[in-house]
Amino acid sequence: MTVERDRSNLPPLSLHVPEPRFRPGDTVDFGEIEVPPAGAQRRPDTADKASSFHELAYTMVRVLDEDHRAVGPWDPKLDPDTLRKMLRSMALVRAFDERMFRAQRQGKTSFYMKSTGEEAVSVGAASALAYDDMCFPSYRQQGILLTRGWSLVDMMNQIYSNKGDRLQGRQLPIMYSVKDASFFSISGNLTTQYPQAVGWAMASAAKGDSRIAATWCGEGSTAEGDFHSALTFATVYRAPVIFNVVNNQWAISSFSGFAGAEATTFAARAIGYGIAGIRVDGNDILAVYAATQWAAERARTNQGPTLIEHFTYRVEGHSTSDDPTQYRSAGEPTAWPMGDPVVRLKNHLIALGEWDEERHAAQDLELAEEVKRSQKEAEKNGILGHGMHQPFETMFEGVFEETPWHLKEQCQQMLDEQKAAGL
Amino acid sequence: MNMIQAINSAMDVMMARDSGVVVMGEDVGYFGGVFRATAGLQAKYGKTRVFDTPITECGIIGVAVGMGAYGLRPVPEIQFADYIYPALDQLVSEAARMRYRSAGEFIAPITVRSPFGGGIFGGQTHSQSPEGIFTHVSGLKTVIPSTPYDAKGLLIAAIEDNDPTIFFEPKRIYNGPFHGHYDRPASTWAGHPGGEVPEGYYRIPLGKAAVVREGSDVTILCYGAMVHVVASTIEELGNVDAEIVDLRTLLPLDIETIEASVKKTGRCMIVHEATRTAGFGAELAALVQERCFYHLEAPIERVTGFDTPYPHSLEWAYFPGPVRIGEALKKVMKV
Ligand SMILES: Cc1ncc(C[n+]2csc(CCOP(=O)(O)OP(=O)(O)O)c2C)c(N)n1
Repeated sequence: MTVERDRSNLPPLSLHVPEPRFRPGDTVDFGEIEVPPAGAQRRPDTADKASSFHELAYTMVRVLDEDHRAVGPWDPKLDPDTLRKMLRSMALVRAFDERMFRAQRQGKTSFYMKSTGEEAVSVGAASALAYDDMCFPSYRQQGILLTRGWSLVDMMNQIYSNKGDRLQGRQLPIMYSVKDASFFSISGNLTTQYPQAVGWAMASAAKGDSRIAATWCGEGSTAEGDFHSALTFATVYRAPVIFNVVNNQWAISSFSGFAGAEATTFAARAIGYGIAGIRVDGNDILAVYAATQWAAERARTNQGPTLIEHFTYRVEGHSTSDDPTQYRSAGEPTAWPMGDPVVRLKNHLIALGEWDEERHAAQDLELAEEVKRSQKEAEKNGILGHGMHQPFETMFEGVFEETPWHLKEQCQQMLDEQKAAGL
Repeated sequence: MNMIQAINSAMDVMMARDSGVVVMGEDVGYFGGVFRATAGLQAKYGKTRVFDTPITECGIIGVAVGMGAYGLRPVPEIQFADYIYPALDQLVSEAARMRYRSAGEFIAPITVRSPFGGGIFGGQTHSQSPEGIFTHVSGLKTVIPSTPYDAKGLLIAAIEDNDPTIFFEPKRIYNGPFHGHYDRPASTWAGHPGGEVPEGYYRIPLGKAAVVREGSDVTILCYGAMVHVVASTIEELGNVDAEIVDLRTLLPLDIETIEASVKKTGRCMIVHEATRTAGFGAELAALVQERCFYHLEAPIERVTGFDTPYPHSLEWAYFPGPVRIGEALKKVMKV
């Protein structure tokens, strides 16, 4: 039975498909981005109810002002040594990225992903967390390992999939796993780490531990179902976890509008779940540090999860397989109004009288040398596809704790094949 | 045309013929897809027919099911087959059964395109061959082309088909038939008969295999990139007169061609890149055994990838190459 209705006088519906403001060839004007003054946002007590500071999800917490001073209630008041350490870590991330990007271009490995412009997100967070708080990163948080002082050679071995690779050449380059540095194994499948971080945090709480978990994903990845499952579990069990959404504006060629940014902020995702949500200037490492410290204190005092949106910009391509000039204006990275996180912290330290351009240049040189030295060291273990890989039979190890008959058989078959092929 | 261009052309032809055809997926719009398979389509057909989606595979397929229920013909792209797992519930429990459970009231005429397979150093999450999972699901069709010509004709047929179809594209041969070992350079499709692709509409019916080489010694069943590895191995060996059958559609399967070929040659070998255990080769072996047992002169041989997760640096030792195929041939031919 169909119901006939006369709709001839109704306007036709239309489908809204988001469109970024600038495409290749366009002149960029980021004037519409609301950048509140540094120091303007209140800092609630960490015991306050999440529902009492919703406005923090819609504005932006900033500490470093236009004159390179740290201002307002979110200023973490760090000592100069800590500030210099963070600056060094950010500069190291950049030097490491430069070098490894080049290594990929030289055919020494298959793939690389830079975090240029986003260094403050991972370095700031890693500096504010305890070393044994478990991090569940996505692929752009190499800064956590570098801040935690992890070996560059070890990371490079992984990138080269060589015989020194702790992951035995099994993972795509940059998909690190370093349990000793409380750095969880990275997955190529987006956002799967989110519910896992919640599970780890729930376990820590159930065991009466004092360690908390933190996890990261891009703004594009917030669309995945796992993101929403994670938030649901976290709010239900008040899990001691920090959700970081790195809003770097682009998910490969898709701008943030395809993750819902036209309608609201990513920090506001927290509100529907009753989770604390806060949006920070992701290029202001002091804001990142302060927000992480605040969220960590909430987690450690059983106030539950916090979602931090880091408002930042992906300066380079998505990966070595990507060409951003195909889909976005070349003017975007330079027009980005939030500045460069490394430069901003450098200027702050200089304004404090704790740093100068000469020392900075010298540090850059020193870091470039350190990275180069490490690269040479790592390359002694081989580069991808040049024979110095893990023994063939490692391919069959670790599928299960004990290798079943069929894998043993297949391993023998492969070894016979290698022999027949003269390898 | 290379395979990317042929796939692009298939969508172009179908979008021009049928305003219900919509193309959707991560990065498929303005950018034209990370492999450029949808390049130019948005400019030609507009944003409401070719659009980027949020990064949620279950959302992409679920939304496609709804669009199909309305009467459109969505062609969703899953950027890599490795990312189809979050969409499994919508594919398996929803799309596959829509016709059956609603007694035909609703159908899911969707064609899910996805690059699959290894050989490009894509690591664990850009290399897998999950076709066996889908052939195990009642209600889904699974199609895998091995040449640009087939890719276009099969994709057109899949888009016109009223059932949900998984269309796996062997990304390793997007730009040319890769012959199978790391010391051999990839060739291009130029000059290859399968690279001759007409501009306009034509279709290759689903469920029809192609005998790409006739022979009398042994039947080799294969599909996708492996067709080229097998063909070049046979050519190099020179001493086996193999009949090579490119299945093209795994489900529905062209059992007649398979049966006729095996009965003729008396021997059968199966080659695929996916892991071995409970893979599609197991189904093929069972079918051949059931139908051709009294014609077989030797046990059926399976040549496959190994039962490990996909290893990044050792991938050339992982998937079948000329050596593995040659060794298996020796075994089948000896008996
Ligand atoms: C489940 C899944 N779907 C798709 C992809 C392919 N993919 C890799 S990165 C990416 C974009 C992610 O963007 P975003 O979350 O914003 O993070 P960003 O790269 O900007 O740091 C896509 C679609 C994937 N890796 N996993």
